[in-house]
Amino acid sequence: MKNIRIHLGSVEQVPLGQGHCFMVGHREVAVFRCRDGRLLAVENTCPHRGGPLAEGIIGEGKVVCPLHGHKFDLVTGQGSEGQECVKTFKVWEENSNIVLYMPLLNKTLVKEAV
Amino acid sequence: MKTKIVVIGNGMAGARAVEEILGRVPGKFDIVMFGAEPYGNYNRILLSNVLNQTQEAGDIFINPLSWYKENNITLHAGVKAVRIDTARKVVLGRQLHPQAAAYAVHEEDALLAGDIEETYDHVIIATGSRPFVPPMEGFGGEGTFLFRTIDDCDRIAEYAKGCKKAVVIGGGLLGLEAARGLMTHNVEVTIVEAAPQLMPAQLDTEAAQILKRTMEAMGLTVLTDRKTARIHRADGKITSLLFSDGATIPADMVVVSAGIRPITEVAKDSGLKVNKGIVCDDQMRTSDPHVFALGECVEHRGKLYGLVEPIWAQATVMADVISGFNPQAAYLGSKTGTKLKVMGVDLMSLGEKEAGADTDEVIVYREPNRGIYKKLVVRDNKLHGAILLGDADAADALIQMFLNEQSVPENRSDLLFGDVKGVAFIKAADLPDNAQICNCNGVCKKTIVEAISSGCETVASVGARTKAGKGCGSCRGLIAQIIEAKLGKASYDPSEHYYVPGIALEKSQLVAQIKAKGLKSVSAVFAALAEGKEDADSKVGLASLLKTIWPKEYEDERDARFINDRVHANIQKDGTFSVVPRIYAGVTTADELMRIAQAAVKYKVPMVKFTGGQRIDLLGVRKDDLPKIWKDLGMPSGHAYTKAFRTCKSCVGTDFCRYGLGDAIKMAQEIERRFQGLESPHKMKLATAGCARNCSEAYVKDLGAVAIGEGKWEIYVGGAAGANVRKGDLLCVVNSHEEVLKTMGRFMEYYREHGKYLERTYGFVERVGIDVLRGILVDDSLGICAQLDERVQKAVDAYKDPWKEAEVPAYPAQFEGPRLVEVLQEAENNG
Repeated sequence: MKNIRIHLGSVEQVPLGQGHCFMVGHREVAVFRCRDGRLLAVENTCPHRGGPLAEGIIGEGKVVCPLHGHKFDLVTGQGSEGQECVKTFKVWEENSNIVLYMPLLNKTLVKEAV
Repeated sequence: MKTKIVVIGNGMAGARAVEEILGRVPGKFDIVMFGAEPYGNYNRILLSNVLNQTQEAGDIFINPLSWYKENNITLHAGVKAVRIDTARKVVLGRQLHPQAAAYAVHEEDALLAGDIEETYDHVIIATGSRPFVPPMEGFGGEGTFLFRTIDDCDRIAEYAKGCKKAVVIGGGLLGLEAARGLMTHNVEVTIVEAAPQLMPAQLDTEAAQILKRTMEAMGLTVLTDRKTARIHRADGKITSLLFSDGATIPADMVVVSAGIRPITEVAKDSGLKVNKGIVCDDQMRTSDPHVFALGECVEHRGKLYGLVEPIWAQATVMADVISGFNPQAAYLGSKTGTKLKVMGVDLMSLGEKEAGADTDEVIVYREPNRGIYKKLVVRDNKLHGAILLGDADAADALIQMFLNEQSVPENRSDLLFGDVKGVAFIKAADLPDNAQICNCNGVCKKTIVEAISSGCETVASVGARTKAGKGCGSCRGLIAQIIEAKLGKASYDPSEHYYVPGIALEKSQLVAQIKAKGLKSVSAVFAALAEGKEDADSKVGLASLLKTIWPKEYEDERDARFINDRVHANIQKDGTFSVVPRIYAGVTTADELMRIAQAAVKYKVPMVKFTGGQRIDLLGVRKDDLPKIWKDLGMPSGHAYTKAFRTCKSCVGTDFCRYGLGDAIKMAQEIERRFQGLESPHKMKLATAGCARNCSEAYVKDLGAVAIGEGKWEIYVGGAAGANVRKGDLLCVVNSHEEVLKTMGRFMEYYREHGKYLERTYGFVERVGIDVLRGILVDDSLGICAQLDERVQKAVDAYKDPWKEAEVPAYPAQFEGPRLVEVLQEAENNG
């Protein structure tokens, strides 16, 4: 699988200090915009009971799952409970847009640029 | 220059006060202690064990001399503090003559020359008590002893070697213990008591009789109703005692253990107010604001205490106040009960030993041959007093019941025989290892005990290790009990008092800083008070607090809101939401029902369900449908998802019910219209009832109003019917709807300002005390009612229906679901 750059659009789509969920092919990715401007991204699904991490509260580079409070480091993916962890993705800002860098998806779901 | 505390008294109370202060603010204070006894401090209660030779003197020290060194405490051992110069703020002490008794009222010749002076910022007086000697001739000098200190024990044990017949004057607890101790030194012991019975403070006549027989069976001679008039000597040695009725008994040593009296000279000589004891207020301050006092030397609300638990409670409050940790801490007095072994016999005594009123119920069980006696005095269905002698299995249940003022079970004999079905208490230490303590996280007792064994000494650390107590939190009291049972006491963990985990301040300090620095947003608070560290777990608590402090000016950063409060709906397990529109007092209309039904159809709502709050819940709604469904409903938010006023349920009341004494429906509607959405430390669920049949469950609500006729309403607070069940306490009776609204508003505002974050009203009311609350909110004892009324009015005026954000979202992405992204393929590895 190859990594590809994916444009998610304006950074303003993600409210400051919060997260937003993007569906990229079959994957749900939670992108967070920290108050200091950093962008961080993890898979949206909490390994505990499938909660939507994009809806969680963030602080100091961590997100708290809204369902049961499991906490995940958004840089390392390491979870607060036992061996739980989430997949992390590289993400950054380019000209006020969000660029996500992740493994190439199933070819049939990838659309050609117009 | 550190703040300096001088402690006068190095006994159990003084040492505990210092330990509590060090536990809160290590290194903040310079501490100097004056102690008349030339030792580190020890457990005076265990002196009986030293006398009866089951323990060595060295074993009973709590803090040996090395403790003072390790904590940088200057100890003036064997030095008596003689005066506090409150003008110069200096304590003056004099070295005690080595042969002088530490507690004697010192004449000049017992004190060596040369003053030791210590300046102070605060003084803590903990001078304790001295033994009381009943008036008689011949006491003092060879062969006579008091029983109060380690030195006393040594001298008694030494002298007993050469004696045959010892007399102990005093048939109370300490006298009986002294007698038992002496018996182990091979002397015949006679107890002499002036009252007609033994242990007049704890036992009634019959129990005392049974105890006397038990003692006699052990080999003691017991003489009651005897006052000693004189101790006879020949050649300086004691030969006999003469009683006031002319009778005599032979004796060669006399130990007096006839009670204690507070040591108050240093306070008196320093101009402080002294009654029977040193008079202190609820913060343990004397008549001088820089001088505190605690322990046996203190008189608090007219009471003196000689038991350990009230004194530990005083130490906690004093430490909270002096360290600045909780400037509002207050000691309100203690209900006392004793549970102990006297000469190996189990004994428990609580409250009143005799019936006081004709309507008091007295239940007695006697088995004289086995020395067993059990008595209950029941008043108004509550335990007014109890005695257990010889078999104290039921003691813990009774003590719990007494202290918590719980109602006694209908079958009173259940209480006497340790089988307490139907009593809502649990003694954690008695539960088996596999008992589940924390239901939320499924943690059993064994796991908790293992955590304690491996070093967890606080509820918080046990929770961090095992998850116990981290769910709803209602088992935290049990966890504390288990810790205490295992370690003797639960350790002090300052972080238990932090309002939010990310900022090291308790609530009142945090509020003070926020107001002083004008911090109006969560990020401002982090910047100013946490060096910019934005702890995710602290955001929501801070947001709630800030909204209470600044109703209009709060800068609402939405990222500090929990998801429920960002979208004004309750998140469900699958990421959908539940929608509960407000239905005031549980009274709806056909038109509302039709709108709800239409919305359910239109948005394909999977489940429509009635809630406990007499409303309707639409479950399974998608996030991006929320604003649309609110617009279609045209009803305001029911706030079913957040820490605020939720509902005011109602019964039918005078509208239709043949038993109704008040218009419960109108009252509930008025309450709900006024207080809808008011933020609070935790949710508030209310109800009104048209009569005492309580169909709407008003007795078990955070606030409840019950009509009693003639326009009057009873107001109850602190009720609960969830994970915990508690009947509310009656706050007051008022005469009109307006007064109900006013009183409820005051309570709610006081709770908003003083409740801990996530503390339900049932915890808050128990913590503060209903009597204190009544004083503040009804009698206006603090003079703050006008301000409370004003502030709650401001909060009410600031109410906005959150569902109006359907019209104008607070920010564009507020209700957006996942965004589908079209992928543009690009050259790889351009990262």
